[in-house]
Amino acid sequence: MKNNIVLGVIGADCHAVGNRILDHVFTEAGFKVINIGVMNTQEDFINAAIETNAYAILVSSLYGHGELDCRGMREKCQEKGLDDILLYVGGNLVVGKQDWVQVEKRFLDMGYDRVFSPSTPLDEAVSILKNDLVHKVRGDLHRSSSTH
Amino acid sequence: MFIKLGGISIEAALLIDFGSTYTKLTLVDIEREIIIGTAKDLTTAEEGVMTGYQKTLHTLLEKIPNKDINISHKFACSSAAGGLKMVAIGLVQDLTGEAAKRAALGAGARVLDTFCYELTKQEIEKISSLQPDILLLAGGTDGGNKSCIIHNARLIAEFLPDIPVVVSGNQKANDEIQEIFQEQGIDYYIVANVMPNLNMLQVEPARETIRKIFMEKIIETKGIDAASALINNVIIPTPAAVLDAAQLLSKGTSNQSGLGSLMVLDIGGATTDVHSIGEGDSSQPGIVKVGLPEPFAKRTVEGDLGMRISATSLYEVAGYKKISNWISEHIEYVNYKCQYLTDHISFIPQKREDILFDNTLAKVASEIAMKRHVGVIERIYTPSGYVYSQKGKDMADTKYIIATGGVIMHSPDPASIVQASFINPDESQYLLPKHPTVLIDRHYILSAMGLLAQKFPDKAFNLMKKYLIKEYREEKV
Repeated sequence: MKNNIVLGVIGADCHAVGNRILDHVFTEAGFKVINIGVMNTQEDFINAAIETNAYAILVSSLYGHGELDCRGMREKCQEKGLDDILLYVGGNLVVGKQDWVQVEKRFLDMGYDRVFSPSTPLDEAVSILKNDLVHKVRGDLHRSSSTH
Repeated sequence: MFIKLGGISIEAALLIDFGSTYTKLTLVDIEREIIIGTAKDLTTAEEGVMTGYQKTLHTLLEKIPNKDINISHKFACSSAAGGLKMVAIGLVQDLTGEAAKRAALGAGARVLDTFCYELTKQEIEKISSLQPDILLLAGGTDGGNKSCIIHNARLIAEFLPDIPVVVSGNQKANDEIQEIFQEQGIDYYIVANVMPNLNMLQVEPARETIRKIFMEKIIETKGIDAASALINNVIIPTPAAVLDAAQLLSKGTSNQSGLGSLMVLDIGGATTDVHSIGEGDSSQPGIVKVGLPEPFAKRTVEGDLGMRISATSLYEVAGYKKISNWISEHIEYVNYKCQYLTDHISFIPQKREDILFDNTLAKVASEIAMKRHVGVIERIYTPSGYVYSQKGKDMADTKYIIATGGVIMHSPDPASIVQASFINPDESQYLLPKHPTVLIDRHYILSAMGLLAQKFPDKAFNLMKKYLIKEYREEKV
């Protein structure tokens, strides 16, 4: 079963409420949520994913510094052997009123598979994740993950 | 064992510490809860520890005049022949690697090295050359990564078949590991995962099993098995006895309440050990805790901080500046002295300047070892102001620090050594004790009391209160 997912808030961001809500919703939907809470580095997410054999990392950022905090995470995953892990990011990713299409593109270019705006309904996020796990993740991505 | 010397008969417990250099004996009157006497002599590892033991016992009994002593209980701990040497293996360095290391340290082991991710043949060779007594194999949370621990089990089975292995990783990998180990005839022990869920530590089952293997298997190879026949009781690693004593004093017994949070500082010739008993929760409000949760009873060992063999490495870590905070000697003198101490491990200072130098090294070891043990607070600037994060244990409100070890026993001012590790306003990020009461283990009873506590926790508790705390109060008056 590919249902282990890592969830957490990145950077010097201590917004804990949304994190709890996401934990609840994804757990209810049948996922095994490994919630690493607030104020995490990229390494915290990646290490958690390796130990728990997770198939997706869900990164939240609420304080507007998401762009700085999230850059380079895909490369680090590859470096650590998590070649095919799903990377999601969502929240108030940037400061001010910026065009969402532009924002989404910036994060997609960083290597994130999905970028969610604050207005995304939670059940939509759940069904997208379920679908991606079936279609995007090829086999047991951890078979080769720990050879590094 | 009856020793007829005339007078009243005393029911006694003999507590034996087979150290790497000295065999130390403590004789306790169980009824009256007093220490009858102590003695020490060289450990005789080559010819069997019993020779040294008998000699020490003789010295001890010579000191006690006119008493009938019935030694009804004997307990022993050992750090002879290098102590309990272990290698810890995990998956991610900061997660199961660290958890495995902490479990081994808590069992009283010397952790020679920690390895992470899939082992390579070179690493296997390195482990083999380190000659550990036990391997602790962890990796993956329960239901998490399996491939790494299975890979490592295979390599161990193939290339390190003679070393006992404690398996304490992803429980879902146990069937396969069992199959691999059984096939190769490995001496293995499967216990609960050191990290069942992410960031959740569960070190007790591994600790217990390591102690059991030490008792049943390892002491044979250390020449202590002859003693085990005599003692007819468990032999535990010495650091485990110290940790047990500290836990007992902190938590109390089923009849008496303990002292609360406390720390133990043990400065030896080769290493400096720090033990802390307590939750280590933040003493200030509004702090976010980050990193791995900490064991309630935590032990750290600093292999580069010591008074003799590690004097040069201590100097390298500390630097001349730190040492010159305490003494006004030239750098050449400090260089020379540290090298001399490393080369003369049984040197006992007699001259005033040598005692002073030992005291200085001890202060520096105390400061650095305590800083490494306790948690660190970090101030992070965020758009909504400063946020503080805490990594590790906050020991600011520690009530007591017990200091032990040779340099402490021989120092003219042992409290000053401990005080060097108190919180420093210039480096307030280290969550060091603020105003603890310093207790000096003058009679060197800590490990002995950890031993006595195996069977008589209340007696051991009272003895520690009497010989550590009461003496402190009397000194104060």
